[in-house]
Amino acid sequence: MSAKKTEHTPWDIVKISRHSERPVFQDYIRLCFTEFTELHGDRYYADDKAIVGGFARIDKEPVMLIGQYKGKNTEEQIYRNFGMARPEGYRKALRLMRLAERFNIPVITVIDTPGAFPGMHAEERGQAESIAKNITEMATIRVPIVCVVVGEGGSGGALGIGVGDRILMLSNAIYSVISPEGCASILWRDAQYAPQAAEALNLTAEALLKLEVIDEIITEPGEGAHTNYEKTAADVKKALLKNLSKLKKYNTKKLLKNRFEKFAHMGKFA
Amino acid sequence: MGWVHTEQATEKKKGIKTLWVRCKNCQSFVFENEWKSNLNVCPLCNHHGSMTSEERIGLLFDRGTFSELFQKIRPVDSLGFNDLKGSYANKIITTTKKSGINEAVITGTGEIHGAKVVIAIMDFRFLGGSLGSATGEKILQAALYALKHRFPYIILSASGGARMQEGVLSLMQMAKTCAGIALLNKENIPFISILTNPTTGGVTASYAMMGDLNIAEPGAVIGFAGRRVIEQTIGEKLPDDFQTAEYLLEHGFVDRIVNRGEMKDFIGQVLRFYNQPK
Repeated sequence: MSAKKTEHTPWDIVKISRHSERPVFQDYIRLCFTEFTELHGDRYYADDKAIVGGFARIDKEPVMLIGQYKGKNTEEQIYRNFGMARPEGYRKALRLMRLAERFNIPVITVIDTPGAFPGMHAEERGQAESIAKNITEMATIRVPIVCVVVGEGGSGGALGIGVGDRILMLSNAIYSVISPEGCASILWRDAQYAPQAAEALNLTAEALLKLEVIDEIITEPGEGAHTNYEKTAADVKKALLKNLSKLKKYNTKKLLKNRFEKFAHMGKFA
Repeated sequence: MGWVHTEQATEKKKGIKTLWVRCKNCQSFVFENEWKSNLNVCPLCNHHGSMTSEERIGLLFDRGTFSELFQKIRPVDSLGFNDLKGSYANKIITTTKKSGINEAVITGTGEIHGAKVVIAIMDFRFLGGSLGSATGEKILQAALYALKHRFPYIILSASGGARMQEGVLSLMQMAKTCAGIALLNKENIPFISILTNPTTGGVTASYAMMGDLNIAEPGAVIGFAGRRVIEQTIGEKLPDDFQTAEYLLEHGFVDRIVNRGEMKDFIGQVLRFYNQPK
């Protein structure tokens, strides 16, 4: 592990992870992949705009690339619902993963979401069921899955495309069970305590590597990914290629056994 | 607590005998004996009040058949989590003392009308039934036990969601428990999810929604995002029945709503469908 000790507090890192100029999924598509053919729709209801997926090539390798799409300006952010997927997004993701599985194409998921969309219609159409189903099915999808958290790993909304053989994380990305603001407003009764909550939640890449929730940290250049897109993307690409080639060495049985054991061992108890 | 208590306050102070229970739904006063003998269900409005895991065991299992498994698995404050009310470590101690249970789930095996099953019963008294590392471990171990013995698996949920005091480790319990459910699915082991009031957040977005059968108690609140969060997002009031068992039935996410008093017979009846020779 090569991540340098940063002097940033967890709350600083939360702010960097949400930086308005931080590279987002569309930047990684452009910079890490040579081809991307977007595929639309969940075949049940709609085409979610917050989760995007399709065939892609990394170097010459074909992959199924799926990620949360945040948008760069206000208009695009609204169109993409700020990267907050509805059930259709999770169902589209699962459809594409199943397609990849049938043709032995590895899956890459790029995680960057404040969370699943908390809306009335999303609930009505089974937000919980769609996430639950993805988490369950991803445990047994018979091709390698590499997940990379590039910005915000917002709770169940992130986990809904976040079960895989390798979980990578950028050094200023966060991954949390609840937003620091949400946690502060419940446990401190005031969202103003978000910095304290960020500290308590252990949501940084460094903390999560120690807790064995993630496998690898991709160190960001300079003051953060937003200061150098090319270098960040090159390092993400390198990490993805390295992990994909490692995973290819396992037969399916071993791959699934390892994936099960990885998640079965998560957590600390007495 | 005087001679009246709301259903929520089930703990009686020593020496003070409560005679009446006030229904949280219709506000009627019901004799405590009548309330208890009616399985904590209001005889006037059918409101299903809360129930402890011990009461659930008595409700569902043939007398004397239940035996607990994995009771030694306990929570720890692995992050050293502190909030306004102090440390999680301390909260574990006080909650354990107060509730008499050491986790938000009781796991075990027993018989329902003669059919052997494995069960995980969540208990809201322990930190709001929240899903932590030990909770997830017990639920997974029980699933693996069901797999090994080829017994049907039942999870009865009552939970506010993931346990924030364990940070992302609690989130990962969703993936951990569902990995167990995936194995049951693959091996054709029946899995029944019983949803009781409340089943929300990360618990709903993992095993609770993954039953071959999702069975709910009447009026149970079942949802992913909190009602207030959604109201703030959409800027309007939600319908009264939003996120109730009845609402979920209407939208296709639960198979049936079953009254508490009929739950055991219902489970026994459906389990008989699973015994067909190949």
